[in-house]
Amino acid sequence: MSQDKIERAAESDAPLHTAVHQRDISHDLAETAEWNHAALVGRTVTINRSRAEVYAFFRDFRNFPAFMENVERVDVGDNRRSHWVVKAPAGQTVEWDSEITEDQPGSLIIWRSVEGADIRNTGRVEFRDAAPGRGTEVEAIILYEPPAGDLGKLFAKVFQKEPKIQVRRDLRRFKQLMETGEVSTARAPDAAPRG
Amino acid sequence: MRALTWHGKHDVRMETVPDPEIVNPRDAIIKVTATAICGSDLHLYDSYIPTLHRGDILGHEFMGEVVDTGPGSTLTKGQRVVVPFVIACGKCFFCERQQYSACDNSNPAEKADMSEILYGYPMTGAFGYSHLTGGYAGGQAEYVRVPYSDVGPIVIPDGLEDEKVLFLSDILPTGWMAAENCEIEPGDTVAVWGCGPVGLFAIQSCFLMGAHRVIAIDHYPHRLELARSMGAEVMNFHDVKVREALVEMTGGIGPDACIDAVGMESHGFTLDNAVDMAKTTTKLGTDRTHALREVIMACRKGGRVSIPGVYGGMADKFPIGALMEKGLSVKTGQTHVQKYLRPLLEMIGEGKIDTTFLISHRLPLEDAPRGYKMFKEQQNEVTKVVLKPH
Repeated sequence: MSQDKIERAAESDAPLHTAVHQRDISHDLAETAEWNHAALVGRTVTINRSRAEVYAFFRDFRNFPAFMENVERVDVGDNRRSHWVVKAPAGQTVEWDSEITEDQPGSLIIWRSVEGADIRNTGRVEFRDAAPGRGTEVEAIILYEPPAGDLGKLFAKVFQKEPKIQVRRDLRRFKQLMETGEVSTARAPDAAPRG
Repeated sequence: MRALTWHGKHDVRMETVPDPEIVNPRDAIIKVTATAICGSDLHLYDSYIPTLHRGDILGHEFMGEVVDTGPGSTLTKGQRVVVPFVIACGKCFFCERQQYSACDNSNPAEKADMSEILYGYPMTGAFGYSHLTGGYAGGQAEYVRVPYSDVGPIVIPDGLEDEKVLFLSDILPTGWMAAENCEIEPGDTVAVWGCGPVGLFAIQSCFLMGAHRVIAIDHYPHRLELARSMGAEVMNFHDVKVREALVEMTGGIGPDACIDAVGMESHGFTLDNAVDMAKTTTKLGTDRTHALREVIMACRKGGRVSIPGVYGGMADKFPIGALMEKGLSVKTGQTHVQKYLRPLLEMIGEGKIDTTFLISHRLPLEDAPRGYKMFKEQQNEVTKVVLKPH
């Protein structure tokens, strides 16, 4: 039944994260990853810069805090390993290690959290040429294991909103930064100040 | 600095607030010398636009002197500039195509969700117009931060006084684009619903673009007089059956193009309403689109419909049959202000366009709350209030 729905979704040319039956798909992906649960988030933006430029900026994970709201810093070990420090409430942080499992310069980066991560996750970012003269399409797909219990509560606080919204906003900021050289903001004191 | 702030329905106040600062490289700070109250500010005043916060600084029609610049700004201190109400990055797909009011980047990432839910895609940022358009502080203040100042503001040459150029910020290009969207051909008759500032500038623009006749529709006698003074034939919809009159006045053919410069008027919309509408298709104020329905019914077969009037939500009982069967084409949208600044400034300089006729009241910024009240309550006499902070 579930398999049937996934197969039918896969027959479309549309990305899997736009399929109607997300629960079935998550279930299937969790089984494949050997996780308890899985949640899939995907989003595509077009960035009016060359594929090489967009890839290069993203490939340096130390740039993430410039456009990812919750990422405090990413320490890059060797070419593949990185250590993520993510903001949590009350000055706390959540941390994990990731490794890049696939890297095709100019077109694809895949990473996954290594053994022992509090929140198991994997990310896949593909860079494609948009129509001629229209820059680069960036498709980000994040698969993560929503934690249960106390960690689940902390996780909810860290991300405040659902990760889908977070990814959407982070990609918008990435686009702004790549296209305009800055991240648009109306926060005080530049915006209306209010007590 | 002193600024006009919103606190609730019919509650705007002058308050002392911190000065704005340069935040991003392409920013500039403008010392405001003239700013106007727009008809669409009344939607905020009447609390019909959602996502305003108490303390928000209003105002999206303003100009002034550059007093500070970020390293990425192309402006220099001391220049006089008019600032478009639309904030546009100049670099995205849309800005490259001069569709500035569709800019993909100027609405901050965390604010853009709302319009993406409402309209399917995130909308551009704008000054002083709720958090749907970014929550940027507006220009009814002594100073204002202008993001992407290398793209938006136009430098005004000496010798052109503020009042001649102030309306480049919004209503003049809006009226111009409304006329442009009519794709006027020789011999054309254009009918214009609404003789507020945008309608009046649309009338002026239609003639400049070669319209044979313009017929203006309103119910305020003073505004109809202004329309007539610009060469339009006029009718008061309280006294005349508009569609029948238009058919008769055009020999049974009908107007070649029609402009809805009314919009949602004072009926407004709320986020709740809009979202509810999507879900339930309830009846959302059928008279809100009265003007637009009449526009579509009155327009000749194969004619053009231009909608500069602002709509925000869903329309009930929309005459889709008349639209399709008559083969009308429709053009609309928030104004791509940046696209029109240079040619319009030139025409003002050459004396081809007059903008000052519109101004009925001039007040110091401190009197802004009174300005809102007058504009709201005396629409016949008060055609435009200009505030002078400095």
